[in-house]
Amino acid sequence: MSILEYNGGSVVAMRGKKCVAIAGDLRLGNRNMTLATNFEKVFPINPKLYVGLPGLQTDVLTLKERFRFRTNMYKMKESRDISPLTFARLVASTLYERRWSPYFVEPVIAGLDETTNEPFIAATDLIGCLNFAKDFVVSGTASDKLFGVAEALWEPELESEDLFETISQTLLNAVDRDALSGWGAVVHVITADKIITRTLKARMD
Amino acid sequence: MSAPGGGGAYSFSLTTFSPSGKLVQIEHALAAVAQGTTSLGIKATNGVVIATEKKTPSPLVDDSMLEKVAMVCPNIGIVYSGMGPDFRVLVTSARKSAQAYWKIYNEYPPTRIMVQEIASVMQDATQKGGVRPFGVSLLVAGWDKTRGVTLYQVDPSGSYWAWKASAMGKNMVNAKTFLEKRYNDDISLEDAIHTALLTLKEGFEGQMTEKTVEIGVVQIPPEWDPNAVHEEEVGGKFGLIKGQPVFRKLSEEEVRDHLNL
Repeated sequence: MSILEYNGGSVVAMRGKKCVAIAGDLRLGNRNMTLATNFEKVFPINPKLYVGLPGLQTDVLTLKERFRFRTNMYKMKESRDISPLTFARLVASTLYERRWSPYFVEPVIAGLDETTNEPFIAATDLIGCLNFAKDFVVSGTASDKLFGVAEALWEPELESEDLFETISQTLLNAVDRDALSGWGAVVHVITADKIITRTLKARMD
Repeated sequence: MSAPGGGGAYSFSLTTFSPSGKLVQIEHALAAVAQGTTSLGIKATNGVVIATEKKTPSPLVDDSMLEKVAMVCPNIGIVYSGMGPDFRVLVTSARKSAQAYWKIYNEYPPTRIMVQEIASVMQDATQKGGVRPFGVSLLVAGWDKTRGVTLYQVDPSGSYWAWKASAMGKNMVNAKTFLEKRYNDDISLEDAIHTALLTLKEGFEGQMTEKTVEIGVVQIPPEWDPNAVHEEEVGGKFGLIKGQPVFRKLSEEEVRDHLNL
């Protein structure tokens, strides 16, 4: 079993019309034993920017704190919120710093640009290779399955309500085919004026 | 910084407080700046210009190799009054700092952040053992997405502040008076360059030609739309947005054209 699969967990993000959505499961496991069903892995960076961190739990928590540190310092120094693109590059350079002893996390980023409200999604691998997808990004133990369902269900220019349905079905059906992901799901839909966070009723197995 | 031979008299800072609350070394550094050739900067609605006299001690000096207006990164340029060698060191340090920022964020720093870094370096030299303050004042001109064009002055003490228009060096008092009369908030870049040259001319020793002045500008192109989404920004080349305002030095032909106006 690869170290990236040790704790399990998956995240997906999708771009819509003037909105983005990011969703993750809630499982925390120890190999095949489930330890927790309330382990959130999607964190806010600023009101319109979220990052999903699936992977080894200790690195998930450490990276969350490191990004919090760096983005808080950025905000204080530059007197502005970090834009999603700049944050993506910060994630990439932070991960590459550990090129030869990496964090076992493959982050997913979703947000709206702070001035233009342009939707933005991106993902990186564990050593910081950036992927600026135009449609959706996936990561975690169910990533192959997420690719499959997302490819089938996603279409461009979905309104926020439709995007919510699409991303929810993508996540739920993909994690149902993965033993190490699931046990609950949380979806965040980000639009220019608000973020709606919903907990999904999922198969608890 | 530890001096060789156990430190001795130089193991503490050379900048220490006087009883009146002043840092005398900084006062002396400012005196060194006031002896330097005049330099100035003017912020316009669509850009910013910085300029200086290029004065050489002898006509035998090859002045084409002298660089007093320098680019720090594509969106920021810098000019000085005071000691040339100190300026060179600060420019190198500023350029490195810009690249370090780029390495993390894949974009160049906003002007204010760059100024803070430079000011930090200069302040360091007022509170460390065995070093003296930098004998230069800098004018930093730049453009960034958040604040547009800005012009900052940085002093040997490390304090910095933004100007609409300013001058430093030998002729600074007369130059600033001149600028106060001529400046208005709606000045265009073309007018600003013209005004900069007129201001330099006021206190110029000798012939003012395209070879004895150096001018740098940050120019916002007329077609630049700040609210447009710049697709090229994503994975863009060298941390620049396509078509964004950049810093450049005016060529000798351009300076000559402006002088002939």
